[in-house]
Amino acid sequence: MTFDLFVIPFFGGLLFMIIVLFLKYSRWIAMMDASDRVKAGMAFFSASLPVTIREIFWESLLHRRMFKKNPLLGFMHMSFALGWLLLILMGNLESRIYSGGHINPPYYPIFLKFFIHDKRVLPFEIFTLPGFFRFTMDLLLLFVLSGLGLALFKRARSKWFGLKRTTRHNSFDKWAIISLWLIFPLRLLAESFTAGIYQGGGFLTNSLGHIFAAFLPLKYLVYPSWWAYSSMLGIFFITLPWSRFMHIPTEIVLIFLRNAGIEQGKYPGSFSQIELRACPRCGVCIDVCQMNEAGLTGSSAVYLIRSLREKQAGVFLHSNCMMCGRCLEACPVGIDTLGLRVGARGVDNRQIEADFTYLAKQPVPATKADVVYFAGCMGHLTPGVKNAMIKIFERAGIDFNFLDEDGSICCGRPLKLAGMQTAASKLITENTKAILGTKAKILVTSCPICYKIFNTDYNLNGMQVMHHSVYIDTLVKEGKIVLEPAAFRAVYHDPCELGRGSGIYEQPRNVLKQIAEVADVAQDRENSLCCGGSIGDLAMSAVQRNIIRDGALSILCESNPDMLVTACPLCKKTLDTGNGLIVKDIAEIVADRMTVSIKQTVSRSLAGQMSV
Amino acid sequence: MERKSINFGYAIVQDRQIDFDANKHEICRAVAVAEPTLNLCISCGTCAATCSAGLFTDFSLRKVILLLKRGETEGLLKEVSKCMLCGKCQLVCPRNVSTRNLVIQISKALINGKP
Amino acid sequence: MAKHVVVIGAGPAGLETSAKLSKMGLRVTLVEKEETSGGHLKNWHTLFPGNMPGLKALESIKEGLDENVKIQTNTQVTALEAVNDYFTVSGHNGWQEKADAVVLATGFKLFDARRKEEYGYGIYENVITSSDLETLLAKGNLFSNHKNPARIGFVHCVGSRDEKVNNLHCSKLCCITAVKQAVEVKQLFPETEVFCFYMDLRMFGRHYEELYKEAQEKYNIQFIRGRLSESTEDKEGNIIVKVEDTLLGKPLRIKTDFLVLMTGMEPAAGTKSLTAMLGLKDVSDKFIRPLDEVLQPNFTDMPGVFVAGTCSGPKSVSETLADARSAALAVEAFLKE
Repeated sequence: MTFDLFVIPFFGGLLFMIIVLFLKYSRWIAMMDASDRVKAGMAFFSASLPVTIREIFWESLLHRRMFKKNPLLGFMHMSFALGWLLLILMGNLESRIYSGGHINPPYYPIFLKFFIHDKRVLPFEIFTLPGFFRFTMDLLLLFVLSGLGLALFKRARSKWFGLKRTTRHNSFDKWAIISLWLIFPLRLLAESFTAGIYQGGGFLTNSLGHIFAAFLPLKYLVYPSWWAYSSMLGIFFITLPWSRFMHIPTEIVLIFLRNAGIEQGKYPGSFSQIELRACPRCGVCIDVCQMNEAGLTGSSAVYLIRSLREKQAGVFLHSNCMMCGRCLEACPVGIDTLGLRVGARGVDNRQIEADFTYLAKQPVPATKADVVYFAGCMGHLTPGVKNAMIKIFERAGIDFNFLDEDGSICCGRPLKLAGMQTAASKLITENTKAILGTKAKILVTSCPICYKIFNTDYNLNGMQVMHHSVYIDTLVKEGKIVLEPAAFRAVYHDPCELGRGSGIYEQPRNVLKQIAEVADVAQDRENSLCCGGSIGDLAMSAVQRNIIRDGALSILCESNPDMLVTACPLCKKTLDTGNGLIVKDIAEIVADRMTVSIKQTVSRSLAGQMSV
Repeated sequence: MERKSINFGYAIVQDRQIDFDANKHEICRAVAVAEPTLNLCISCGTCAATCSAGLFTDFSLRKVILLLKRGETEGLLKEVSKCMLCGKCQLVCPRNVSTRNLVIQISKALINGKP
Repeated sequence: MAKHVVVIGAGPAGLETSAKLSKMGLRVTLVEKEETSGGHLKNWHTLFPGNMPGLKALESIKEGLDENVKIQTNTQVTALEAVNDYFTVSGHNGWQEKADAVVLATGFKLFDARRKEEYGYGIYENVITSSDLETLLAKGNLFSNHKNPARIGFVHCVGSRDEKVNNLHCSKLCCITAVKQAVEVKQLFPETEVFCFYMDLRMFGRHYEELYKEAQEKYNIQFIRGRLSESTEDKEGNIIVKVEDTLLGKPLRIKTDFLVLMTGMEPAAGTKSLTAMLGLKDVSDKFIRPLDEVLQPNFTDMPGVFVAGTCSGPKSVSETLADARSAALAVEAFLKE
C-alpha cells in the first residue's frame, strides 16, 4: 500500500505552497534590475556559493546569531529548523529501505509509519539499518518536540529567552503558528497509536503506543490521527506564504542574493520585497529599541516590516525611529531595517520637492592646503569642538583650510534619512564641488553624520575622509601631538553614526586612554545607546527625546565617571543637561592636554632616530 | 487671487494688506494637527539666524510660520522647498518646536492642497 | 521664652525676614552656607531704580539686625525634620537647632552661561555675563585692556525662556538689567555703540519704560528684535553675532568687541535640596510653589515652613524685601496660633 486518501491535505497543501512560492519569487526576479539578475545568475557558479551554503547552514539551520543572543532562544529555533529538516532527510532515506532504493512520492516518507509496520525491528535496536533509522527518527521527533516545549514555555517566561518584550502577532500568524505547533504532537500521536496496534515503533513511539493501548481504543483513533497530522501540515503549507513563516524559504533566498552582491537599491524593489518576507518576527529588535522607553512601542522594525509587507505602514510607523541602528545590529537575519525605513519614508515624502538652485551661485574655494576641515552644521553650535580642532591643527603644524568657517551647505544626510534622496543628491553635488575645489588630500570632519554620508554617497576622487577622532589618533601615532595624562576617569559614548554607522570604535578610545582612565559602559560599541538627539527621527517630541537621553545617561554614568566624552556635536549637546556632569568632545580633551610644541616633537623624533 | 490694477510703471500696486477673513486657514489647521508644536513658536527668529539655507538665500522659517498662520499660503511651497532639513533650527529653538517635521508637514499640506 | 525661628539663607530675603522677626520679639538663627552674608547683592554694582550700590543697600538691610538674631555662617543645611510641634535643623558641620518655624530664603543661582555653548562663554575671551559686568563695574576696571570698545552687544534671555536648557520661565529682571547696564556702559564709553538683542522687552516695573526711553533718547542704544543663535570669534578676538532681525525679516551679522550675556535666574542648589528634603510640591521650573501664589505667597504645603525671596521665583531686590516682610508677618501669625 503506497497511497491513502488522508495524504491529500498534506500533498495538496505542499503543491499549493510550491506553486505560490514559485509565482511570488518569479515576480520578484522579474522585477529585478537586469544587472542584479545577472549577478544572481552568476552567483550559482561563483565563489560566493559555498559562502552562501555555509551561511544558510549556520544561520537558517543552526541559528548561530540566535544562540549568541540567548542559548535557549537559539536552541528553540534550531530544534525546529534542523530537527524538521533532518526528519525529512532521514525519513526519506528510511523509506528507501522499504521501496527497494528508488524514490518515493513526497508524502510516502512523511507518513511512512502508516504504510510500513516493520515488526522485525525491536524498539531499542540501533545496530541494524532499519533499527538505526527507527531509533533516529524517534530521537529527531523528540528533538523537535523539545523545541516546541520551549516555544510554549517562552509564551509564559519570555525573559528566560532574553526577551523582555515579544512581538504582538496578528490573527493570521496565530493560525499559522497553531498549525505548526500541532504538526509534531499529532505526528507523535499518529505514530504512537500505530505502534500501539501494529508494533514496529521506535523507543519513543513504541513505548507511548503501549501506554495508550492500555486505556484508549486505538483502532478507532489511529486513522483520524493520521488525517489530523496531514491536515495540520496542509494548513501550515497553505498559510505559509502569507504568514511570518514565509521567512523559512525567503531567508535562504535573501542570503543567496546578499552574497551575490545585490543591494537593497530603490524602494520598493524586489530585494526589499524579499527582505520584508525574510523577517521571522522573532522580536529581537523590539527589546533593543529605545523608542519603547519613550512609550513609542509600535514602531519597532518588526512592526514596520510587517506593515510594509501588508501595505499598511502609516506615518507613525516609519517616522518614529531615531535610525540609531541598534535593530540592524541585533537582527539575526541581517535585514537592512534602516534601509527599509528610509524607503518607506521616501514613498511617503515622494511629492516633496527641494529647490536648491540658490546654491549654484556659490564660489568654489581654492587653497593649497593638504587638509580641509569641515565642522558641519552642528559643529557651529559647539564652538568648543571647532576651536579645539583649530588648536590641534595649529599645534601639529598642519596647514589646513577651514571649508565651512562661515557656515555650510548641509551634507545631505538628514534629507537622505528622511527618504528624500533626490534632494540630498543636489546638496551632495554642490558640496562635492566645494570639497574637490580645495584640492586637498584629506577631508577631516567633526560631525559623524557628515562623515557617514561623505563615505557612502560622495565621490571625492580618492580624497581621504577622516572623522576628527581618527585624525587625532593618527596625529598622536605620528608623534605630531603629544598628550599628557590627567587624573580623571572618563566614559566614552559611541555616536550612532560613527560607531554602528561607520565602524569607528577604537580610535577615539585609543586617544582618550592616553589621557584619562576609561571606564567600561555596560552597553557600548555595537550595543551603545542613542543619545536621543538623533536627526533620524522626525516625529518625536522633546519630552520623549529627553526620556531617551536620560535613559542613556543613566547607563553611561553607572560607574559615576568624572567626565563623559563623545565625538559628535549633536551627542555632546544632547547629553549635556547641566546637572553637573562634564560632557566633552574628544577634540576638546586633546586640545587641553597637548604638551609638546611641534618643534619639540621634531627634535624628539630626531633624537629617537639617532639612538637607533 | 492677484488683484490687478493699472500699472503706470512706477507703482507697487499690489494690495499689501493681509485679508485675514478672505484667506483660507485649513492648511494651517492641518499642519497644526500633524505637528502641534507649530503653535509654540514665539517668533524669536533663532531658527532663521542659524539657518544653513538662510546663509545663501532669503529664507526664514519664522516668516514661513507666520505666513502660514495668517493664511498667506501663496508661494509658500516654493519657500519651504529651500530647506535642507539640516536640523540646526531644531537644536536652537527655545520652544522645542519640531521644526524639521514642521517643514515636511507644511510641504505635505500645501501639496495636498486643501484650498 | 520667645519662640525660635530658623531662617535658611542670609541674602537680602533672609536678612530682612530675620530683622523683622526679631523686631516682633522672636529669637532668630540665620544660617548661611557661605562665609559672609549678603548673597548675590554683595556682588552687584548698582540697583535700579535709583542706582543705589548693592553694598550700600545691603548695609541698610543689615542695620535692622539686633542681638536677637544669631548668624550661623559656613553652615550648609543638610537635614530639616518636622518633629511633633517643632523642627530640627542640622548643618553639615554638626550644628543643630530646634525651631518653632523655618523660613526658606535659599534664593537663586545665576544660569551657567557655559551651558549655551553656541554663545561662546568660557570659549571666547570677550564673551562675558551680566554678573561679570557688574563685578567689573564695581571694581572700576571695565574693559581696562580695551580702551574704547567700538561696539558692545547685550543678549537678553540667556538661560531664561529657553526649553533647550530646561528653563521655560522668564527671569523678568534681565531686560531692565540689560538696559541699565547698557546705559552704564554708555556713560563710561560715550563713543561705544551699544546693541540689545531681545525677544520681547519686558519693561513691567515702575520707571522701567522710562529707562528704556532714556536709553534710546539720551544714549542712542539700539534695540534689535532677534534672539542670538550662535556667536563666533574672528582672528582679532571680535565676537560675531548672528541673529535674525525679525522686524525686517533678514538674518543679521554684526561684529562686537564684547558680548554680554544676560544670564537668568534658576533656583539655587539649596532651594532644590530643601524642596526634596521637605517633600514640597515640585513644579517644572523647580522654584518652590507657595501654598497659594495669590493669597498666601509665603506659606508652603508644610505648616511652619515659610518661603521668602527668590526661592519662590525671580524677584527684584525691592520685591524680595517686600516678600521678606510679608514672610515675617506670616511666621508671626502662625506662631501666635
